[in-house]
Amino acid sequence: MLQHALAAPGAAASPLHAAPDTPPKPIVASGYGDDPTRTPAARDAMIRLDAVSKHFAPRGSEAAVTALKDVSLAIPRGEIYGIIGPSGAGKSTLIRTVNGLERPSSGVVRVDGVVISGLDEAALRAERRKIGMIFQHFNLLSSRTAFANVALPLELAGLSRQAVRAKVMGLLDLVGLADKAERYPVELSGGQKQRVGIARALATDPKVLLSDEATSALDPETTRSILALLAQVNRDLGVTIMLITHEMAVIREVCHRVGVIEDGAIIEEGTVRDVFARPRTATARSFIGSLPGREPPPAIAARLTPSPEGARQTVLRLTLSGAAAGAPVISALARRLDIDVALLGGQVDSVGGEPFALLYLGVPTANWASGAVTSVLGEWDIRTEVIGHVA
Amino acid sequence: MSPELLGLVLDATLETLYMVAAATLVGTVLGLPLGIFLATSGKGELFEAVTVNRALGLIVNATRSTPFIILVVAIIPFTRLVAGTSIGTTAAIVPLSIAATPFMARIVEAAIREVDHGLVEASLAMGATPLQIVRKVLIPEALPGLLLGITLGIVTLLSNSAMVGAVGGGGLGDLGIRYGYQRFMPEVMLLVVVVLIVLVQAVQSLGDRLARRVNHRLRRS
Repeated sequence: MLQHALAAPGAAASPLHAAPDTPPKPIVASGYGDDPTRTPAARDAMIRLDAVSKHFAPRGSEAAVTALKDVSLAIPRGEIYGIIGPSGAGKSTLIRTVNGLERPSSGVVRVDGVVISGLDEAALRAERRKIGMIFQHFNLLSSRTAFANVALPLELAGLSRQAVRAKVMGLLDLVGLADKAERYPVELSGGQKQRVGIARALATDPKVLLSDEATSALDPETTRSILALLAQVNRDLGVTIMLITHEMAVIREVCHRVGVIEDGAIIEEGTVRDVFARPRTATARSFIGSLPGREPPPAIAARLTPSPEGARQTVLRLTLSGAAAGAPVISALARRLDIDVALLGGQVDSVGGEPFALLYLGVPTANWASGAVTSVLGEWDIRTEVIGHVA
Repeated sequence: MSPELLGLVLDATLETLYMVAAATLVGTVLGLPLGIFLATSGKGELFEAVTVNRALGLIVNATRSTPFIILVVAIIPFTRLVAGTSIGTTAAIVPLSIAATPFMARIVEAAIREVDHGLVEASLAMGATPLQIVRKVLIPEALPGLLLGITLGIVTLLSNSAMVGAVGGGGLGDLGIRYGYQRFMPEVMLLVVVVLIVLVQAVQSLGDRLARRVNHRLRRS
């Protein structure tokens, strides 16, 4: 059982910060294509929720709450699945049904084929050892050193002292904290505490890691390094990860698939690339819009008019993803139509491990009105929206 | 002051220490599990038992609201049953322990409730049993608060022990009343008070020091 976390000797040595740039395993990153046998429903799922609902009885002055409404999900083995939603949407309740911290009022939760929602306490404890969990506020014991915190789940499982020692040092090495073994949590930074949390969650060689807003208390840079570590854990140890977050940047950085939750229901679901390229719900759009560079530049936005009447310039928003991300749209428009194209704003980065670009272009209104611009852009699989016109 | 009087003060000090030490031991041994249970048996908690929790809470409150001097007299039959006699230093340990137990229990309950619920949740997620959570998480995490609470309990016992003169319990308080007040020997009264102050100071600073040593929530330079 030791070799699991230590299986990749290179893992500990490999730079943890390099991970986000490396594309994840192609089977996942490419989405599921057109091959129906590779859709998540068809492949055997590591985590599977069928029609899960959760109602909380009224308590004191609080009214009864329905936290989850008929949620069905299938998370394939080896995938990083993100759930995003506003606060109070039911994210926490949802992730807690997976390790039985929350019992669904109805519906079935399965992890690796085991019906978690139907286990008695003793059997549930045994299953929980196969499911690691990390938390927004780390939940480390202040009375224990980093070493002893990571050792706790192994002590609970009744391992011998020597076995614990070897295992814990390997895990601290994996998360890059071997030199901080004897430090107490108070002496560690937020990022280091979460690394200890991750090491602790991996101690019992789980198949699944649940991440409950694990980066929400961290600054953006630390968030990236923690997400890189999660991606590494997923890649090198094959651990299936389910994470909940309210930050679209987290989804973009590490997730393969995403589910959008609102008022206790999953309202949109798909590969991260697809949801980013073609969000179907207002909630998904607003989460994506919250990323920097997603909204039209304020200086332009202030001057936009809805009517092309008398306008000189038309502002387009182009969403380029996957194979089309590298499309030479600006030079193609300029050369073929002999027009000037203004780059007004935008963002080029990677989403779900693939290149993804969002561009705000200004083109002459006359050429847009004639349909010439649309026909040039139509050569690629690009989503084009008219944001407005500038006089 | 005559050597005889000094001898009396020394004897009384030893009696006080004996009573307080014994009652602290009993009060802690009984109060610790009781307090842990009170802190973990509410609705939705580890050892959920709401009715038992309420009943115990009621008994604890009733005991705590009885003035100590009345408790001492009221439980004389019980004291005789346990100690074989209702008079003397050893007998006085019984009411002292009975008063100390609910006091300690409430202090333990408060210290345990201070532990971040997230730690309990994390332990449950690791597959810990409720008893493992008590042993490996709640008690170690609450230890600084528990030590300060026990310290407070000892100081309260020192003050309660002054009243057991009513049942011939002896000790410093009894000496102060009998010699200092009833025999008009203010120097005995003064000495008794000074010894009590020194004892309280010693207990408090020892408790503070221990609590600080086990508190890893504080950043050390």
